[in-house]
Amino acid sequence: MTQLALIIDLNVCVGCHACVTNCKQWNTSGAAGPLSDLNAYGADPNGTFFNRVQTFEVGEYPGTQTVHFPKSCLHCEDPPCVPVCPTGASYKRVEDGVVLVDYDKCIGCKYCSWACPYGVREFDEQRKVMTKCTLCVDRIYNPALPERERKPSCVLACPANARLFGDIHDPESEVSRAIREQGGYQLMPELGTNPSNHYLPRRKSELRIRADQLERVDNPRLIDTLPDTTRYAPMNADYDI
Amino acid sequence: MPLHDPIAQPLPDAQTEVKTTTCYMCACRCGIRVHLRNGEVRYIEGNPDHPLNKGVICAKGSSGIMKQYSPARLTKPLLRKAGSERGSGAYEAISWEEAFSLLEKRLGAIRATDPKKFALFTGRDQMQALTGLFARQFGTPNYAAHGGFCSVNMAAGMIYTIGGSFWEFGGPDLERSKLFFMIGTAEDHHSNPLKSALSQFKRNGGRFIAINPVRTGYAAIADEWVPIKPGTDGALLLAIIHEIIRLGLYDRAFLARYTNAGQLVNVDEASDEFGLMARNAAGDLINPLRPHNFLWWDRKQYRPVGDHTAGADPALLGAFRLQDGTPVKPAFQLLEERVRDFTPEWAAGITGIAVDTIRRLAHEMGIAARDQKIELPIAWTDWWGEEHKSIVGNPVAFHAMRGLAAHSNGFQTIRALAILMSLLGTIDRPGGFRHRAPYPRAVPPNARPPKGPQSVKPNTPLDAPPLGWPESPDDLFVDEQGSPVRIDKGFSWEHPLSAHGLMHNVITNAWRGDPYPIDTLFLFMANMAWNSSMNTSEVRQMLCDKRADGEYRIPFIVVCDTFQSETTAFADLVLPDTTYLERHDVMSMLDRPISEFEGPVDAVRVPVVPPLGECRPFQEVLVELAGRLKLPAFTAADGSRKYSSYTDLIINYETAPGSGIGFLAGWRGKDGEKSMRGEPNPRQWDMYAANNCVFHHHMPPSHQYMRNWNKGYLEWAQQVGIRRDNDPIVIHIYSEFLQRFRLAAQGRSTGRQPPNHLRKRVETYFDPLPFWYEPLEASVSDHARYPLCAVTQRPMAMYHSWDSQNAWLRQIHTHNYLFVNPATAMAAGIADGDWMWVESRWGKVRCMCRYSGAVEPGTVWTWNAIGKASGAWNLTPDANESQKGFLLNHLISEELPPDGLGHRLSNSDPITGQAAWYDVRVRIYKAAPDEPRQTSPQFEPMQPLPGVVRPKSGWRSFFAGIGGKW
Repeated sequence: MTQLALIIDLNVCVGCHACVTNCKQWNTSGAAGPLSDLNAYGADPNGTFFNRVQTFEVGEYPGTQTVHFPKSCLHCEDPPCVPVCPTGASYKRVEDGVVLVDYDKCIGCKYCSWACPYGVREFDEQRKVMTKCTLCVDRIYNPALPERERKPSCVLACPANARLFGDIHDPESEVSRAIREQGGYQLMPELGTNPSNHYLPRRKSELRIRADQLERVDNPRLIDTLPDTTRYAPMNADYDI
Repeated sequence: MPLHDPIAQPLPDAQTEVKTTTCYMCACRCGIRVHLRNGEVRYIEGNPDHPLNKGVICAKGSSGIMKQYSPARLTKPLLRKAGSERGSGAYEAISWEEAFSLLEKRLGAIRATDPKKFALFTGRDQMQALTGLFARQFGTPNYAAHGGFCSVNMAAGMIYTIGGSFWEFGGPDLERSKLFFMIGTAEDHHSNPLKSALSQFKRNGGRFIAINPVRTGYAAIADEWVPIKPGTDGALLLAIIHEIIRLGLYDRAFLARYTNAGQLVNVDEASDEFGLMARNAAGDLINPLRPHNFLWWDRKQYRPVGDHTAGADPALLGAFRLQDGTPVKPAFQLLEERVRDFTPEWAAGITGIAVDTIRRLAHEMGIAARDQKIELPIAWTDWWGEEHKSIVGNPVAFHAMRGLAAHSNGFQTIRALAILMSLLGTIDRPGGFRHRAPYPRAVPPNARPPKGPQSVKPNTPLDAPPLGWPESPDDLFVDEQGSPVRIDKGFSWEHPLSAHGLMHNVITNAWRGDPYPIDTLFLFMANMAWNSSMNTSEVRQMLCDKRADGEYRIPFIVVCDTFQSETTAFADLVLPDTTYLERHDVMSMLDRPISEFEGPVDAVRVPVVPPLGECRPFQEVLVELAGRLKLPAFTAADGSRKYSSYTDLIINYETAPGSGIGFLAGWRGKDGEKSMRGEPNPRQWDMYAANNCVFHHHMPPSHQYMRNWNKGYLEWAQQVGIRRDNDPIVIHIYSEFLQRFRLAAQGRSTGRQPPNHLRKRVETYFDPLPFWYEPLEASVSDHARYPLCAVTQRPMAMYHSWDSQNAWLRQIHTHNYLFVNPATAMAAGIADGDWMWVESRWGKVRCMCRYSGAVEPGTVWTWNAIGKASGAWNLTPDANESQKGFLLNHLISEELPPDGLGHRLSNSDPITGQAAWYDVRVRIYKAAPDEPRQTSPQFEPMQPLPGVVRPKSGWRSFFAGIGGKW
């Protein structure tokens, strides 16, 4: 059975927020929209974003790491937000594993957001419905789009190509290979939610230097020796140019 | 079954359309596809068929909708009400005809009497080919864009060394590099391609080292972060050069053939030619405008020979005498002597970086460059006729911009960087630094500023472009006393190589009448009453200050902008510009195009939606004004207008009659069959529009590398007009141009001499070899009282100042904090989140503290320009940007304190006039408990201008295609 998911490569994510606003602009005018904003031009503006980037520091100076951490619905294989919904509005699609909210059934009780351990549901105070990442279901099956563009908008926008999209149940897919080969991990696996989205960890390249690399016969300093006053050409040397 | 269909396309009957154009949410200028639904912008995506961004787009580009529909937009020309005070915000809407006649009359009178009383300064733009043409035709020298307060040190420091620069003009070849150093904040310019390339580089296993006081931005994903004290990068680079030379880790073959390392320098202290290159009287000048008759000391024959004599190999080290007895040394010898004492131990004390780390950095670069060579099987011929079977590269790349540039020692620091890159043999080679057309250009490029006050004449164009690249004191723009002719004192002895002008001093100088008062200041897209000025509070007062006779010290101020910025409040005339989605524009080869390493690229914008209200593109305003003022280049022989519009100008303008070179390089020739050069094509705009709004000339592989010395490339570049000449562009390890200024300052040359009070300054800083000195601010700020450095960085989601009006982007950066290392903050008794003061000798700001372990303890920093004046950008007066956000500019002076004789100098690099934003020294202390929990200083809230409506608070949402819901 297909399980669509995002794989986010923290090794290359620079925290630019392209995924955040591209998601907003696609979805606000898409099937899941509009995504409202409170006090868009005033104090403490606060709007709906299906995808956010959190930035935090790990370690202490000078060993500090700055981590940019994009987070959206993880489309859990066993999503705790679904069974708590009293109206059946919160559901997981059988055909592709995408977790969605049926706005026409949602009564805005927020049980699902209390149940979600990841804090990725976004209550729309204007429409009084729960909203969340849809993996752009209105893009990925849209026959009007060319094949290469049938991906979530965040994936297409990402300048660092840090977001991969695909079926994690297909062992040969790009995303399955990335998880397998690059140490992809889930958030809080101990909760048993089995999130579909995975993260790829930071990797470190080092260059080891051996002492012998600094001592070589082709060292140009063997040609360019330091000036030696005995080798000054004489005042009236026998040359001309 | 769900009731709500999550796949169904909303508004299925809507009219939809997709149009291509070019983004302008930042300087990157990506190709975009704009989706329209019922005429409204529904979605902006990266154009996958565009060579620059290849389909990706950033946070800003993705928020273009909120720029288009921002309530901060100006919609009508506005005139300050008669009798109202400037700054009080009282305006009346006028028609464009009224605005144009007013300008025509005022500017016409100025032009007929003293054209320099009109000053045109533009902020962020990439239309300097047009604005510069307008200013020159008008006859005013008082023109520049924002480069002087942005990164001119980067442009000048590198261009005076290697004939190219980071910027749009060149960059790191991360596709083939193995080791990459990013030094200082450099996230802007080419930002999307750089993000893409960094990602690919890391995935290829490349090693990325970030040297920066702060670990944010791209440094977050670096393999190693090397914290450094601000303003000390030059010391680090010199120590690395010391180590590279000491250990012989330099690319000798590259230095010998492609740089002036082997050229002999006259070291006879008694000679008037001291420090200049020895010349080979019998040698081929190659280019009389830039003679190339240098000498080498051939180490095989042990005698002097003309440079690049076949079979010769120059000694790089040594001391020799010419036949006439003149003692000479190779330039490289002088560099070796220069850095001899600049040991890692010396640099460690300045930079705060451990000695072992400095050594290791040098070893890593030297060894990677030497041992991981790339060889591409591409045959090419160098300028001197030697045929090469392959292109060789040393895969060590660098990138830097403002972090190095925005210091008063930035020019020499960047010279050191360019020299290091050259020592490693990485210039225009695979895996290193590569140029982008129209670079490389001559060292320095050919344009020279006007030479004196005689160049400024009523009703006459300037006899030279207002900006250029001096190579000797004779190229300065000064009068007989050596005093400046430009209002910003550019190209004067105070800042001789100020290639981008000094916009940051225009208001102060005009206010003081030094060197003279002006009449009209025209600002385009520059927020000079806020984040684009140093010393913001006082600059705002200067804008409103009056003379004894009651007239404003700057009598007339015109501001053209798209939004109600802080600066609009000080305008006498406000002109509403369009957004980038509403206009035509060019990214021209005559200006700052978007070229790729592989070849020239230029691009256009075409309107995808109609202009809002009465907005008019600034370009059309300039063309209209030029026509009304009958500026010669805009006027036909019969006195009628030569160009009916901006689009007409772009198609038909040629750099010289019949040159075939115009603003756009693509689809030239009558039917669009020619490129780079060809007669005007009446359908050129359509052809760009039909081709993703971009033109990409692919050069053959043999022309893609070693372009400074690549015979085939240089000949082609001359043919198509990218360069005037085709002489080789030899790297200046040693700069005799700088030495010429020093000799003048020492009174040892004939010709122009600096005024006495500037002699010492010119002599000190115009050193032909790089050196490190403490930033000038340090000499006037007490380090014991102000122990910390304060800098800014730019958030990727909002790196230029004008997106606070953007509803989506401002939710990412609503207000800023001062980031302080916890150890530093705790020592000052400040807790995370506390209100605190940050104070320099110039001013103080109240702000909020955020602990961060990602900043070195001697530095505090914040995001640039998130803080706004209350009510500006049509935010409500209580918006976070003005109540919690703050501007560091209040702490930074645009001038140094007067010297003993009362001379005031700009707080800038003494060579280039680059604004020294990052030199400021500060102290921090906790705010008292009874103080307001609000940033300080505060200003009287701005009210919406006529035609601008304050948005209501509460919920709103944007849904394209239903009309007016936002």
